Amino acid sequence: MKFTWFNLMPWPYLPDDFREKNRSVWVDIDQKLFDPAKSHEVYNTYMDLLEYAGTLGFDGIGVNEHHQNGYGIMPSPNIIAAGLARRTVDAALVVLGNSIALYNPPVRVAEEFAMLDCISGGRLVAGFPVGTSMDTNYCYGQIPSLTREKYQEAHDLIIKAWTTREPFAFNGRYNKLRHVNIWPRPIQQPHPPIHIPGGGSVETYDFCIDNTYSYSYLSFSGYIRAQALMAGYWKRVEERGAPDKSPYRAGFAQTICVAETDEEAERLYSEHVSYFYNRCLHVYPGFADAPGYRTIKTIQTGALSQYAPPVGGYTQLTWKDLVEGGHVIAGSPETVRQRMEELIKGLHVGNIFCLMHVGNMPADKCMYSTRLFAEKVMPKLRNIFPEYADDTRFWCHPLEKRVAAGSLPTTPARAPIPAE
Amino acid sequence: MELKTVATPHVPVRYLEGGSGPDLVFLHGAGGVTAEDPFLAELSRSHHVYAPLIPGYGDSEEAPEIRDMLDFTLHTWDVVAALGLKDPILVGHSMGGMIAAEMAAVQPNDVSRLALICPAGLWDDEHPIADLFSTMPYEMPALLFHDAEAGAAMLTAGRNVTDPGFLQTYLVTNARQLGMAGRILFPIPERGLSQRMYRIKARTVVVWGDSDRLIPPTYAHGFKKGIAGAELVSIPEAGHMVILERPAAVAEAVARLG
Repeated sequence: MKFTWFNLMPWPYLPDDFREKNRSVWVDIDQKLFDPAKSHEVYNTYMDLLEYAGTLGFDGIGVNEHHQNGYGIMPSPNIIAAGLARRTVDAALVVLGNSIALYNPPVRVAEEFAMLDCISGGRLVAGFPVGTSMDTNYCYGQIPSLTREKYQEAHDLIIKAWTTREPFAFNGRYNKLRHVNIWPRPIQQPHPPIHIPGGGSVETYDFCIDNTYSYSYLSFSGYIRAQALMAGYWKRVEERGAPDKSPYRAGFAQTICVAETDEEAERLYSEHVSYFYNRCLHVYPGFADAPGYRTIKTIQTGALSQYAPPVGGYTQLTWKDLVEGGHVIAGSPETVRQRMEELIKGLHVGNIFCLMHVGNMPADKCMYSTRLFAEKVMPKLRNIFPEYADDTRFWCHPLEKRVAAGSLPTTPARAPIPAE
Repeated sequence: MELKTVATPHVPVRYLEGGSGPDLVFLHGAGGVTAEDPFLAELSRSHHVYAPLIPGYGDSEEAPEIRDMLDFTLHTWDVVAALGLKDPILVGHSMGGMIAAEMAAVQPNDVSRLALICPAGLWDDEHPIADLFSTMPYEMPALLFHDAEAGAAMLTAGRNVTDPGFLQTYLVTNARQLGMAGRILFPIPERGLSQRMYRIKARTVVVWGDSDRLIPPTYAHGFKKGIAGAELVSIPEAGHMVILERPAAVAEAVARLG
C-alpha cells in the first residue's frame, strides 16, 4: 500500500454565515475574505504539517492545484512542492497535479516537474488532471468543449519533451513550437510515474489503462458512494485487456480523522468536518459543469458532477450521517482500521490519498490524528495486497544516494585547495 | 416549417424550410430553433425561409472539427451554397447574428441585405454581457425575457420538468448545443468582429429589444457605428428573446430590407 498525506490547504477563516452571504466558495468568492497577512501563518503551518507527515512514514505527501478557491489556496502546487523537496528526505512528492491544458506552452510543466524531480532526487509522482470546470473553464477561460482536446495535446507534448533526446519541432493545434528541448529533464526514466485524477469518464479510464497510468478518484463523498464508479473502472481494465488488475492502477482520496476513541473523534473533529462540508464545498451549481466540459458519453453514464451538491445540500448531514455514509472515516484506531480495510478491499485501490487536514482544523489536532494514523492504523494496512508488493510501476524511483539540503558548512574554514 | 437535411463538406446539416417569397436564411441563437418557432412563422408569410441548425443542435450531427469563428463562418457559407442560394437575406439572432455579421464581413460582395437581431460579437468593459454558461435554468427567464413569467412558460412549454429523465436529456442537449456555442461565445462572446465589421457592404438593419438584459441595448450603437448606413430599430417591452416576445414587430423590421 502507498499512503499519501494530502493537504487541500483550505482557508480556515470563512465566517459562520459564509453560506448565507456568499453564492460560491469558488470562482467569484469574495476577495475581502482572504487576508494576506494571516495567510503567512496559514501557508507555513500547512507546509509544516506536510513535512511532519513526511517524518512519520507516509509514503508520500500530496498537493494539488485549484484557482480562486476558498478550500484550496494553492494555485501553484509546484511552489509548495519545491519547498517540501528541500525540507523532506524520503517521502514522495505527489503533485496531483498540474492542470496541463492551462499552461502555455505545456512545456512549462515538463520543465517544472523535471526541476522538482531533480531537486528531490527522483521523488516526484506527477499528476495530470484535466482540471475541474471551475478552475479550467470559469477561472482560466478555456473553452469547455475544446478542453479535452487541448489536454490531450498537452499530454503528448510533455511526454515527448521528457523522452526525446534531441530538439524537435511540435506542430500542434494549440501549440506551435519550433525548438522543444527541455533542459533540465527528470531523473526518473523514461519519466516520473503519472497519476490521472478522474471523475467517472470512460475516456479517462482508457487513457490510464492504455498508458499504464494510475487512475485516481478524488472524491469528497467517501468510499461507499465510490463503489459503483470504481467497479466501472475495474470492469473496463478487464475489458480493455490490461495485463493485470494491480491495485496500484488506482487511487482514492478519503477524509480520515483518528482519535483514541470514537467519541473523542466526534468531540475533536466534528466542527472541522462540518466547516469543510458546509462552507468549503459551497460551490455555486452554475460553475459545477460548463456545458461541453464533460463528454456526452460521460453524462449518459449518469455520473453527475461531484460538485453538484446532494439534494438538500450538505447542511443536513450530521457527523453521524457523514461517518456512517463513509464521507468521513473517523474514530478510534481500530474503527478506522476496519473501515480503511473495507475501503481498500472494496475499491481494490493501492494508492490512498489521506485527507487528514480537514476544513479549519488547527495544527495540534491535525498532528494528533496524523500520528495516530501513522502509528496505529497504517502499519496494519500495509500488506493487504502481498501479491502486488513488487509492482513499482506507479510509484517514484528515487536515487539511492541523495544529498541533504542545507549541508554546507556555516563558514568556509579556509580557501579551497586547488586540485593537483 | 419542414425539417430537412442537406449535405455539406463537414457534416449533413439539418434545416427548417417553409414559406414563399424572397430567399431568407435565418441563423438561430445559442438556444436553438424549432419548427414551431413563431418568428419563423412570421417570416415565412412573405419569405422563403431556410433556418439551418448549427451542428450539434436539435437532432443534427456534431462537427468536432468546427472549432473557431472562421470555421463557423465558412461552414455557414458552405450551407448557403449547399442550399443553392445566391445573396439571400441574411438574418441572425444573438449568436446567429454574430455569425451573420462575420459572414457579411468575410464575403461582403455576397450579402446585400443583413438583419442583426441583438447580435453577440462585441464587448464593452463598461457593459459586460451576462455569463450565459453559468446561468442556472431557473435564472434564464429573467435574463432572457421582458416578461419573465411568460418567458418561463415559453421555455418549459410542453416539457415535464419533474420527469427524472428530463434532467439527463437536458444535460445532454446542453452539452451538445451550448458546448458547440461555447466555441465562439465562451467565456467572452467576442472574436474580433469589431476589426472586420467595416468590410460589411450590406444594407443592414439592427434590431434590439429595449429590455434586453443579456446583451444590453447599448451594444446596438456599436453595430450602428461599425456598419456603414446601418438602421436601428428598437422594440419596446421586449428582452433578448425579442423574436419570441414580439415576432411580428421583428419581422416587420426585417421586411424593410425588401
